[in-house]
Amino acid sequence: MVKVGIVSYGAYVPRYRITPEEIGKVWGVDGKGMGRGLYILEKSVPHPDEDVATIATEAARNMLARTSVPADRIGALYVGSESHPYAVKPTATIVATAIGASPRMTAADLEFACKAGTAGIQVSMGLVGSGMAEYAVAIGADTSQGAPGDALEYSASAGGAAYLIGKKDLIAVINKTVSYTTDTPDFWRREGQPYPTHAGRFTGEPAYFRHINAAAKMMMEDVGTQPSDYQYAVFHQPNGKFPTRVAAGLGFTEEQVQTGLLTPRIGNTYSGAVPIGLAAVLDVAKPDDRIFVVAYGSGAGSDAFDITVTDGILEYDRDAAPTVSKLIEDPVYLDYASYAKFKGKIVMQE
Amino acid sequence: MASVAREWREIPGRYNTVGTKCGACGKIYFPARSLCPKCRRASVGKMERYDISEEGEVYTFSVVHDAPDANMRMKPYAVGMVKTTDGVLLTGQIVDIDPHRIEIGMPVRTVLRKIYEDGESGVIHYGFKFVPKW
Ligand SMILES: [Zn+2]
Repeated sequence: MVKVGIVSYGAYVPRYRITPEEIGKVWGVDGKGMGRGLYILEKSVPHPDEDVATIATEAARNMLARTSVPADRIGALYVGSESHPYAVKPTATIVATAIGASPRMTAADLEFACKAGTAGIQVSMGLVGSGMAEYAVAIGADTSQGAPGDALEYSASAGGAAYLIGKKDLIAVINKTVSYTTDTPDFWRREGQPYPTHAGRFTGEPAYFRHINAAAKMMMEDVGTQPSDYQYAVFHQPNGKFPTRVAAGLGFTEEQVQTGLLTPRIGNTYSGAVPIGLAAVLDVAKPDDRIFVVAYGSGAGSDAFDITVTDGILEYDRDAAPTVSKLIEDPVYLDYASYAKFKGKIVMQE
Repeated sequence: MASVAREWREIPGRYNTVGTKCGACGKIYFPARSLCPKCRRASVGKMERYDISEEGEVYTFSVVHDAPDANMRMKPYAVGMVKTTDGVLLTGQIVDIDPHRIEIGMPVRTVLRKIYEDGESGVIHYGFKFVPKW
């Protein structure tokens, strides 16, 4: 089979933050305790002029800055998100134009809760592997919303990452991808509703844990590996606790998970979560490092990836764009009033 | 309010600060022009696409307190002139920084942001703004 993999990548996280403590103050809740329980120290907040189109564009521009592949050789571009700015009018068209990839290409928006970004990587692998496209771009990005006072308000944040998928000059080979998909109503949002609904705390076991475990085990069985064969593991991270718990259950150590675990610092970036986590790993990865990746999207499904870093990473111009740790090193903290204004939670007079 | 069609034609310059360079005298124009006002007929057929640098420094700025409705959620905010590394002066909003911390000469880069929305059901207009350099 033809080798398909990652040619370049780039991430983006908005500059603003709010702490669970600050959110809790407003609702008479022990926010600090809530944050400890979720293992979320702070979450990113988009500026009022940022949305999935601008976040995806920043991530994609960072991706292109690190490679000499010209944008007009990108044959396909997918933006996976559950917070596309328009209900009808693809985000992918805006991003493709902003990075100079349009018009001779195909583009579409994908939706699968928090795993729409990794779904885009799979679609891109298919197009590139079959020769239908020389290069394809998959982006996962979100500006997720939690209803005021809801548990999700403590975690829902914003960010994204972009991946250039190709066959030549790979920095990492994607050895295999497998998915596990069922019809599970753990989390949803109906058309026209501003905030999502979730089936409550019990959803961890039948949803997140069941799907990630199934996809992870399928993957290791198929490729004949065990957790100790991997230097890094990235799991979907709706909070800081779930990924370490699912990792431990599968036999991965905390050290393997640490590098790709960003939720404690930036919150749950939904479709951006696994792509940003993988970006943080690629920021420091060395040739022959093996990376285990499992995304999760409510509704529900998990995408697993088995990735090996190549010698290409040595000549790759990582410094041409900011690393994930650089992106998050200088945040600006908001009080709840400014946060509510930023997120449009205050109803303005017409 | 600009028409959707006019906005659409201007997208290259709004998303990516694409201007033109006069092949006769070398002057760079933004927004793009089809004729160099200095060289006039000598520039016909010699105006080339020019991608203006995405980095520059604050040349001058002012803080806006009385904002139009579209920018209500951002005020007070700064509007500045930025001199790009290739010497072009661009005008736009400077964001992701407290306006009172902006200084002349501060290094910035261009980013894509929402400029305004035609209400709840209209088109969202995107364009360049400036943020502090990484
Ligand atoms: Zn001229």
